[in-house]
Amino acid sequence: MIMDSKKRMIDVQDVYFKYPHNNENESVVALDGVSLHIEKGEFVGIIGHNGSGKSTLSKLLNAIIFPTQGDVIVSGLNTKDHESLWTIRQTAGMVFQNPDNQLVATIVEEDVAFGPENLGVPPQEIRERVDRALAVVEMQAYAHQKPHQLSGGQKQRIAIAGILAMEPECIIFDEPTAMLDPSGRREVMETIKRLNRDKEMTVIHITHFMEEIVDADRIIVLDKGKVVMEGEPRTIFKQVKRLKEIGLDVPQMTELAYELRSAGLEIADDVLSIEEMVDVLCQ
Amino acid sequence: MLKDVTIGQYYPTGSVIHKLDPRTKILFTTAFVVMLFFLNNLWGYLATFLILATITLLSKIPMGYIIRGIKGLVLIIMLTVVLNLFMTPGTVVATLGPLTVTLEGLKVATYMALRLIFLVVGTSIMTLTTSPIDLTDGMEWCMRYIPFVRRYAHELAMMMSIALRFIPTLMEETERIMKAQKARGANFETGNIISRAKNLIPILIPLFISAFRRADELATAMEARCYRGGENRTRMKQLAFEFRDGASLVLMFLMIVGLYLTTWIQIPLLFPV
Repeated sequence: MIMDSKKRMIDVQDVYFKYPHNNENESVVALDGVSLHIEKGEFVGIIGHNGSGKSTLSKLLNAIIFPTQGDVIVSGLNTKDHESLWTIRQTAGMVFQNPDNQLVATIVEEDVAFGPENLGVPPQEIRERVDRALAVVEMQAYAHQKPHQLSGGQKQRIAIAGILAMEPECIIFDEPTAMLDPSGRREVMETIKRLNRDKEMTVIHITHFMEEIVDADRIIVLDKGKVVMEGEPRTIFKQVKRLKEIGLDVPQMTELAYELRSAGLEIADDVLSIEEMVDVLCQ
Repeated sequence: MLKDVTIGQYYPTGSVIHKLDPRTKILFTTAFVVMLFFLNNLWGYLATFLILATITLLSKIPMGYIIRGIKGLVLIIMLTVVLNLFMTPGTVVATLGPLTVTLEGLKVATYMALRLIFLVVGTSIMTLTTSPIDLTDGMEWCMRYIPFVRRYAHELAMMMSIALRFIPTLMEETERIMKAQKARGANFETGNIISRAKNLIPILIPLFISAFRRADELATAMEARCYRGGENRTRMKQLAFEFRDGASLVLMFLMIVGLYLTTWIQIPLLFPV
């Protein structure tokens, strides 16, 4: 068990988190005994209705907040241990929802350099890391632009490059596509998937667009601060009724298959994409 | 309306002036501004004009761009001129009803107007030729040599660069809020000054709320990227004094001395000494 947690990217052990502030001296329980683990190189999707605790969970993984009870272990380091705080934040990078509110500098390449500068990396190496990170997100051409001249999707790719330049082992995406238009969303998703596929980056993707995680390795469903489902996309999404009960959608094609089944058509219940649907219907 | 703000704007042309180290430019601008207040005759202002004109030509920034910067200050300059013109006691040269223009008034008004114009032109050449990043880096370096400010040099520079980063974002937001409030029937164009000022409240309140929310999110994002103040922080771009900086510093020193020497000139130009 100890050996296991050393190999693991992230281990969340029976975590409770309470927000202290409330009018009637009551604390709000955001996480209610959550245990989960993320292996190296995995692409894990986390979904849940508003207030299910998914954002709280993401902030715990990056040591921005700390569990009220339980432990969060990132790459063998406990987030409660203040000594390892900066190592944890460097190991588990985080990309937030609003692209505007996470870019610090007035020039794109300066922004990408912000993380490594904070880590005290020597100037020459920062230069190399910045160029490499911009190449990975395919934004080299924009290195000298100002962030406000870019589209939402481009800004979000710069935010990703800013995290990559810190050379993390894992990136947590907290609804990175929520504020983007469809083309921006596609750009960002392609970048995230490429990172996981080609760079073997561990990716934790929190979203409420189900289509984005149909090819994830694993999906974790949160509801009212608890993990209610966990498994491969196919096994999760075919439980259409249960997902709808906790206020979640399923991918369009899964829903279509579900409707067709309820209408009496003999059809597989785990269809995820349009291509699969075409195959299933043409049989 | 909001697009006319030229203060703090960067106009890249790749000229010699642009390539100078920001510290060189900051030093010169500071010395220049101080010197402006020592000038006591038109010879000095003439020399200042020549210096600024040369620098502007070297910087390859279009004159119109620099003049636009003065436009914003026309009201202040006019006010100073009018006040000085009519309020200074001395030899009367003209009377306009109850108002009298004195020779001394004419002199002070001219000097003040020139001083203000050169002040704005001089400082805007610095901001136009220096990228905000370089400017804050240069200021951070300079502040390290000022007692009391030294301790906060990094924080102040970081604040400045974040402010510069968010000016366009907040302007966009202001325009969006204005449109949204107009769509709800708000009126920003008519009415007297007081009612117009009152009409700004529905713009300012959402703007402030959103600015605070942005600040909060930005702080979290900065911490997530391991920001912990200036200690042990490195920079990708290092400031480097080069030969041209040394050469310009010598030239600049000579210019400042030259300007100072003009205060000794006893030959009257337009106004008596």
